[in-house]
Amino acid sequence: MSQTSGFGPDLAEVFGPSQQDGGPELVQLLTPEGERVHHPEFDLDFSAEQLRGFYRDMVLTRRIDTEATALQRHGELGIWAQLLGQEAAQIGAGRALRPQDHVFPTYREHGVAWCRGLDPLRLLGLFRGVDQGSWDPEEFHFGLYTIVIGAQTLHATGYAMGMQRDGVVGTGDPDRDAAVVAHFGDGASSQGDVNEAFIFAASYNAPVVFFCQNNQWAISEPIERQTRIPLYQRALGFGFPGVRVDGNDVLATYAVTQAALQRARDGQGPTFVEAYTYRMGAHTTTDDPTRYRLSDDVEHWKLKDPIARLEVYLKRNGLAEGSFFGDIKDEADQLGATLREGCKAMPDPRPSSMFDHVYAEMTDELAAQRDGFAAYLSTFADAAEEA
Amino acid sequence: MSAQRTTQKVTLAKGLNMGLRAAMERDDKVLVMGEDVGKLGGVFRITDGLQKDFGEDRVIDSPLAESGIVGTAVGLALRGYRPVVEIQFDGFVYPAYDQIVCQVAKMHFRSQGRSRMPMVIRIPFGGGIGAVEHHSESPEAQFAHTPGLKVVACSNPVDGYWMLQQAIACDDPVVFLEPKRQYHADKADLDVDATPQPLFSSRVVRRGTDVTVLAYGPTVKTALKAAEAASNEGRSLEVVDLRTLSPLDMAPVYESVRRTGRAVVCHEAHVNLGMGAELAARITEECFYSLEAPVLRVGGFDTPYPPSRIEEDFLPDLDRVLDAVDRSLAI
Repeated sequence: MSQTSGFGPDLAEVFGPSQQDGGPELVQLLTPEGERVHHPEFDLDFSAEQLRGFYRDMVLTRRIDTEATALQRHGELGIWAQLLGQEAAQIGAGRALRPQDHVFPTYREHGVAWCRGLDPLRLLGLFRGVDQGSWDPEEFHFGLYTIVIGAQTLHATGYAMGMQRDGVVGTGDPDRDAAVVAHFGDGASSQGDVNEAFIFAASYNAPVVFFCQNNQWAISEPIERQTRIPLYQRALGFGFPGVRVDGNDVLATYAVTQAALQRARDGQGPTFVEAYTYRMGAHTTTDDPTRYRLSDDVEHWKLKDPIARLEVYLKRNGLAEGSFFGDIKDEADQLGATLREGCKAMPDPRPSSMFDHVYAEMTDELAAQRDGFAAYLSTFADAAEEA
Repeated sequence: MSAQRTTQKVTLAKGLNMGLRAAMERDDKVLVMGEDVGKLGGVFRITDGLQKDFGEDRVIDSPLAESGIVGTAVGLALRGYRPVVEIQFDGFVYPAYDQIVCQVAKMHFRSQGRSRMPMVIRIPFGGGIGAVEHHSESPEAQFAHTPGLKVVACSNPVDGYWMLQQAIACDDPVVFLEPKRQYHADKADLDVDATPQPLFSSRVVRRGTDVTVLAYGPTVKTALKAAEAASNEGRSLEVVDLRTLSPLDMAPVYESVRRTGRAVVCHEAHVNLGMGAELAARITEECFYSLEAPVLRVGGFDTPYPPSRIEEDFLPDLDRVLDAVDRSLAI
């Protein structure tokens, strides 16, 4: 029933049960059953090689996640933020990037990191507690994992403003024009910083794609606690387009992200992409989702698995030769072994290294504190290797 | 002769404005961003005329959102720019507090030195302008307590000119505190060809022998007035303008206190856990056997900043500094 009060449509209808599977606005190119469907705006032709590449990326990303979860259970990691179920959203978004584009991740973008060429072992450092991010963001065009929810969306917007000033937006040169992707989740959409990022990006027409993985859960809180309308519809209120894509469909996610990135590179400003997906695992390895959600829901989403649907499509259409799937499995096993060995071999940092990078220009008082600590350590019998 | 050519009388507001202009001329990566900093030239006119001369890409009127200002400045810094952001008033810095403390301060550390944050966060601070709530605060200790930030406070037009340029040239993030009551007050002779004192150093601004008074920002003037009044009563106060709050430059302070044996710290911020607490602790650790009396603190009371009709009772003034000097000398 529509309201007749003059205040617009009944929000219960807008956000009602019809939205549970993403609603009619969901952009999809590959159904959960592995059927290739078409979309009037976001359709693309994918080569068999490209599709096999997506499959490989997703399988290996899932393996990274599985191994890291196991490493946490074995006490080798302090914590791990799982991405199980979100592989398509991340690989689609990651593979749509050009080398010169720049990514600002949360702490869960392991699949995007993979696409940027980052050794997955380096992701583990933060979760093992041996560093807080060990890669050069400028080398990989991939920022450090950001723990404070939503803070990086402002950094992404500022970085995009810098690109505008550097003259790498809207020149028409595909090797020069660049854009930024800001990753965040449904929980972060409630943060002030994210909303301020929308406002700054809109105001300056900054080349940034706001890529929201709506995995339906912010730890224990369901999406209904964060929003009363579909998230992508918020974008219009900020003055830029929003689109909801099936985040378990790597083809659609790739197509939509690529279009949004091109829009940004062309100087047409920000876009909001809501990748509609589901967090199949826990928030992190410290979380217990059985306390707040029904296993029925998880079972429902298992049927939408991003990898299974692409596997069905590849097999049914003869796009991968017989050894392909076995080869990928072997590669995943090898990757798993490498991660296990590499993780355990990661050395602890020297205690005195905590003083090294507090400032670009070391202060005398901190140097004195460091030296005092070193002198203190040297009073112990086994001091030599400690500092 | 050359001094005549390059020396001019300027206010603190003008000195800061000239400092910003010089920094922007020197390095085209320097950007100014904040609320009303463009056409209006800032509510205190510190950025007056800069947008006209450097354009809207370099002098950026921002949406009204402090976290957004600092957060986007982080991104600009990561892209290689040197943003100078203006927080319109001290009490409005708190929406940006998370970005300053969790991001600006920690980025260099987190990245193992790969990502620098050469950002200056300018904050007009302190009271005495008859303002409404949130316009007269002194939040310096909250930033000095945060590793990764550097915090300085200028007290006069000449320092304003030089310290701001030095802060902009610094590869670390600097919280730059400007005593807003002084913006349009006393003029001083500024020689733009002079060699400036290093940024992270304190300075003895009046020599004395009986008590060392430590001040920064707006209270330097208060301390100097107190020293003048004390001299009429035969008491000799030494006044140190700390200038830098993080890191502290304690060498001149220790040298002074070892001579006088007495120290009084004076700031507008609340006394409890303020800069005076840290200064008293360090002086006690380093000058214990030279001290003739405990280090005393004079500051804002541990109340919220009061309605402006009684703000002069809240703020440390000449008489309260002299009262502390009396108490120190009575021991």
